[in-house]
Amino acid sequence: MSTLAAVVGIGQTQYKTRRGDVSIAGLVREAAVNALQDAGLEWDDIEAVILGKAPDMFEGVIMPESYLTDALGCNGKPMLRVHTAGSVGGSTALVAASHVQSGSFKRVLTVTFEKQSESNAMWALSTPQPFSVHLNAGAGGYFAPIIREYMRRSGAPRDVGIKVAVKDRLHGARNPLAHLQLPNITMQEVEESMMLWDPLRFLEACPSSDGACAMVIAAEELVHESPKPPAWIRGVAMRSEPTMYAGRDEVNPQAGRDCAADVYRQAGITDPRRDLDCAEVYVPFSWYEPMWLENLGFAAQGEGWKLTMAGATSLDEGGDIPWNCSGGVLSSNPIGASGMIRFAEAARQVRGDAGAHQVPGAKLALGHAYGGGAQFFAMWVVGADKP
Amino acid sequence: MADTADTITGIECPVYLQYHFTAGRAPARFLTRIKEGVLSGQRCPRCSNVYIPPRGSCPACGVPTEEEVELPDKGTVQSFTVVAIPIPNNPIKPPFVVANLVLDGANISFIHLLSECENSEVRIGQRVQAVWKPREEWGYAMDNIRYFRPIDEPDVPVAQIGKLPVTGREG
Repeated sequence: MSTLAAVVGIGQTQYKTRRGDVSIAGLVREAAVNALQDAGLEWDDIEAVILGKAPDMFEGVIMPESYLTDALGCNGKPMLRVHTAGSVGGSTALVAASHVQSGSFKRVLTVTFEKQSESNAMWALSTPQPFSVHLNAGAGGYFAPIIREYMRRSGAPRDVGIKVAVKDRLHGARNPLAHLQLPNITMQEVEESMMLWDPLRFLEACPSSDGACAMVIAAEELVHESPKPPAWIRGVAMRSEPTMYAGRDEVNPQAGRDCAADVYRQAGITDPRRDLDCAEVYVPFSWYEPMWLENLGFAAQGEGWKLTMAGATSLDEGGDIPWNCSGGVLSSNPIGASGMIRFAEAARQVRGDAGAHQVPGAKLALGHAYGGGAQFFAMWVVGADKP
Repeated sequence: MADTADTITGIECPVYLQYHFTAGRAPARFLTRIKEGVLSGQRCPRCSNVYIPPRGSCPACGVPTEEEVELPDKGTVQSFTVVAIPIPNNPIKPPFVVANLVLDGANISFIHLLSECENSEVRIGQRVQAVWKPREEWGYAMDNIRYFRPIDEPDVPVAQIGKLPVTGREG
């Protein structure tokens, strides 16, 4: 990369089941205005807009970026749409970063959203094809057998997923923007919630949310024009692999391991658990915390669950490597924005601006997103210190 | 401003899409054969792995697949989930078992329904066989197989799942 870049503004909406008070345009504008305010900037200070969301079939608005130009103040400015399934929030941030790092633009606005209340994601993901039986029971149905295989392989106790479900909701209760506010949630409550896709229970799955997330990314020479501390982008990486190939390790995908190795190398990280202060990782189903702890090198293969059970990833238990202090995808899931929320929350931590879910003194944080059949990966490392 | 409960903020507008599905050469061959009750995959010329349904190329090696391999309708449970919620536009009543199955001689799984079993007794490594619809109902579709059901054969050790020959356990 040639030019140093940093996050200088972050804006989010309240995440909830239904934002009936705003249209899609109103939703993205709310996040964008919040990001501009946070950056101390005006619309004219933005050179280009990078927009991302999950499949257009969700809301049934095809190429919504065209209609959102007005709302995002980019008439006459360059705009680019990014689409990489559930990882799109992360890859949109990376595309935005690359447009600054490459010197193409000095300051870009990047926005992602989903308005699940106006969509039917399960239907949109279930289009029948003749060479496959029509049994697509949503993302949970797809990932449950992979989780079952992880449980078999690792021999993890049955309540690891329950523990993650409780931990992330307790984190979420510290974050006023989080959709689910469950400050009194218990292990028993999760265990007794309905088994949706065995071994996944209702409370071990993410909610459906409306919401948008935005960031302003600036080149080094303009960073000082924004008043709050920047989050310096220390490493960026994307990887993908086919959904299905013989011998594919669906539990611990190669693309995820390669992506992590690349982003760590750029940021000078040799031991992620020791070198990072916290991480915001895409965990839409509880068991993906131990699985990604291993995939991302925080724990040896088969041992991710031990970190979870020891409280290492819990802010409330004083863990050494808190994961998803914002509440994570398990607390808020506006699909297209969910990856960017991870990236933005990692940046909030190193800016020292994460409020009640701040990790004290956080200097270096990982933002992570995955999508499709756990085949698309996007990651960045952000730091309080200039590299 | 009126109470939001009384304000119409949205209406449902169902959309209908009618389209012709162009399967491509390899899936078209697969669909032609399954109409005759035959499960037909393709072998990768480089890694020798057998794909079913075939897509005409090996995603791992990035090379075209040509050689056709006829597979039996017996296989092994690689993993599974018990689904408690209905599938849109599907009459199956929950709870039902959706399994990732690998046919004998194949190196890739596909999903299908598992039935005629106790849901609580389904397990990784379990042996299963297809239950076909009556021949007169066969079309160009994977659901010519109504579901798979367990058969009385010893479980396959995990390390061997996806690596059995077309002759199955006996091979």
